Amino acid sequence: MFKILKYSFFDLIRSRWTYIYCGFYMLFTFSLLWLSSDLSKVVISLMNVVLLLCPLIATMFGVMYYYNSREFTELLLAQPVKRTSIFLGQYLGVAASLSASWVIGVGFPFLIYGVFGSAQAGNFLMLLLIGVVLSFVFSAIAFFIALKNENRIKGFGLAILAWLFFAVIYDGILLLSLSLLSEYPVEKFSLIASVLNPIDLSRILILLKLDISALMGFTGAVFRKFLGTGLGMVVSMAVLAVWVVLPVLSIRRVAMRKDF
Amino acid sequence: MFRWILTCFLIPMGQGAIWANNILVCPTCPVFSVKEGIRLAGPCDTVTVDGGHFAEGNLLIDKELWLIGKNWPVLDGEGKTEIITVASNHVHIEGFKIENVGTSYTEDRAAIRLQEVSDFCIKNNQLKNAFFGIYSQHSKNGIIEGNTIHGEAKEEVSSGNAIHLWYCDNIKIINNWTSGHRDGIYLEFVNSSTIKGNLSEHNVRYGLHFMFSNDDNYLQNTFRNNGAGVAVMYSKRIGMHGNLFEKNWGPSAFGLLLKEIHDSEIEGNQFQENTVGIFAETSNRIVYTKNNFIQNGWAMRISGGCQNLQITSNNFIGNSFDLAVHTSGADNKFDGNFWSDYAGYDLDHNGIGDVPHRPMKLFSHVVSQTPESMILLRSLFVDILNFSEKVSPIFTPENVVDNQPRMKKWTAASTVKTTNTPLPKALPGKFLQPALNSQEGADNHFK
Repeated sequence: MFKILKYSFFDLIRSRWTYIYCGFYMLFTFSLLWLSSDLSKVVISLMNVVLLLCPLIATMFGVMYYYNSREFTELLLAQPVKRTSIFLGQYLGVAASLSASWVIGVGFPFLIYGVFGSAQAGNFLMLLLIGVVLSFVFSAIAFFIALKNENRIKGFGLAILAWLFFAVIYDGILLLSLSLLSEYPVEKFSLIASVLNPIDLSRILILLKLDISALMGFTGAVFRKFLGTGLGMVVSMAVLAVWVVLPVLSIRRVAMRKDF
Repeated sequence: MFRWILTCFLIPMGQGAIWANNILVCPTCPVFSVKEGIRLAGPCDTVTVDGGHFAEGNLLIDKELWLIGKNWPVLDGEGKTEIITVASNHVHIEGFKIENVGTSYTEDRAAIRLQEVSDFCIKNNQLKNAFFGIYSQHSKNGIIEGNTIHGEAKEEVSSGNAIHLWYCDNIKIINNWTSGHRDGIYLEFVNSSTIKGNLSEHNVRYGLHFMFSNDDNYLQNTFRNNGAGVAVMYSKRIGMHGNLFEKNWGPSAFGLLLKEIHDSEIEGNQFQENTVGIFAETSNRIVYTKNNFIQNGWAMRISGGCQNLQITSNNFIGNSFDLAVHTSGADNKFDGNFWSDYAGYDLDHNGIGDVPHRPMKLFSHVVSQTPESMILLRSLFVDILNFSEKVSPIFTPENVVDNQPRMKKWTAASTVKTTNTPLPKALPGKFLQPALNSQEGADNHFK
């Protein structure tokens, strides 16, 4: 598995798109830092970006990589290599290279601007971590969708739809149901519902860092207990971990059964 | 005051004495009891207490007297009694450590009680572990200056206020430092008074609490980390200038609560990192100007029955919600503010945005309908909603609009300078001013 991981990783590292992706983040972060040298504001802007871009790029990249390396995969399948290690190796290669682009692209400018001397170090690390986790989650989802669909167009479509669902539609449904059910105690429901979506979950983690003054205005006891204490952080992290593991297990299951 | 000087200095001179007597009290002196010292003193004498620890129960001051502490003599109530009761006009108390009043559920015990007196001065004392700190009732023309009042209150029902004024007139409360009480400063039926340069923090309920008090000013105070912030209720003609309200966090906390306040001015204040910066309810004819609202949950929540508000020349920077307005008051003005999330342009470069700004977002409206939807704050979907509402407002009140939004923030809008360092403990009276001079900042404002 590690050999394949290594191979995919270095294959992607040499790829033009990785450089473009990494270069984009670096340029973006540098320009933000240049426009306002206030580190905290830049961290906030990037936190908004990470929620949108990391999942989108990870989804597209994952699907693209799977379809493009299909012939190579078939070649590998003919070798005496375990199936799971082929697909997991490829997946981890994609996720790792995306994460590396993200961490280097954003981390390098911040390091130059001296983030670790400032009070923003914690928020910055949180930002990096969320980017990495989202890359892992969404490239896994993308791999899963691509594995399920032979048809490239359909695979792409579904992958974009999945991203759109988690990024926008889910929140819309949640908001609608919250206002329809506002007569009932919906605290727990809203909390659980948003924890189930990895993008929402990352957003809440960011909110816990940034908008604490607004969040403290919650009247509900459940919210206060969850958001006001370390519990929120721990549970969010745990669920994010589940969100990484779950699609990977699905990839494994589909890969074992799939007929090539 | 002049009459007092007359009786204290001129009449004794006529009788052959040059000066009022000075009685020295210390543990090794002939007079080693403060009570005895007060008993021996005649009107207008000075009782100087030099060091020592005195646990003499309640001290009643029933004559015009200067009670001066040197080298921090301690007056200890041992948790049983009220300590100093002032029942005479023209009393000056300075330089004491007054400790351990003790909680009572049946009487309002205080470290220093002023009972129907006038022309008093309570200066540079250190009050520790007092139930009520300085309790003034039916008194007037007094000064409470430079005291530090620290309690260990845990809950509202078993704690008292640091400075408690009831039916008072013309009192100056200056440069005090209160913490760990129920309310830092409590005023009920107090008129024409000034509260200036105080620091009020970590109190269980409010940093400052006004009830039924008219024509008062409070300026350049710092209110930090109190249970619920500052409450100004049922009062008229209050001036609030150059104060700093910060870090009042909690489900029902706010920087400043206005309830039935009329004809008042809120100018040059800074509201920073509060759950709600200003919460206003049935408050009419109020001018909000030159304030800074920075990183609050809500900068301002204006609920029903607020009319004739003027919200102009303020800075709204990085708040989760700038405004939540739930009143249809037609005369409210929101013009000429700086909004950090204003997205318009200024083609003629006159510093005023060409597109009106709608500070009340749809989501702000949604959250007030269903508070649970707060969990969707900063979501992409919510941003899309806000944008579409901004293009064609349907749900948000139509008259909540800034027709002349500023492109650049007002410089030095607030007259407050943050003091992060706690005030020095052993130096009462030599406090750093928690805030800068209000006038100075106001001048800088339009540079």
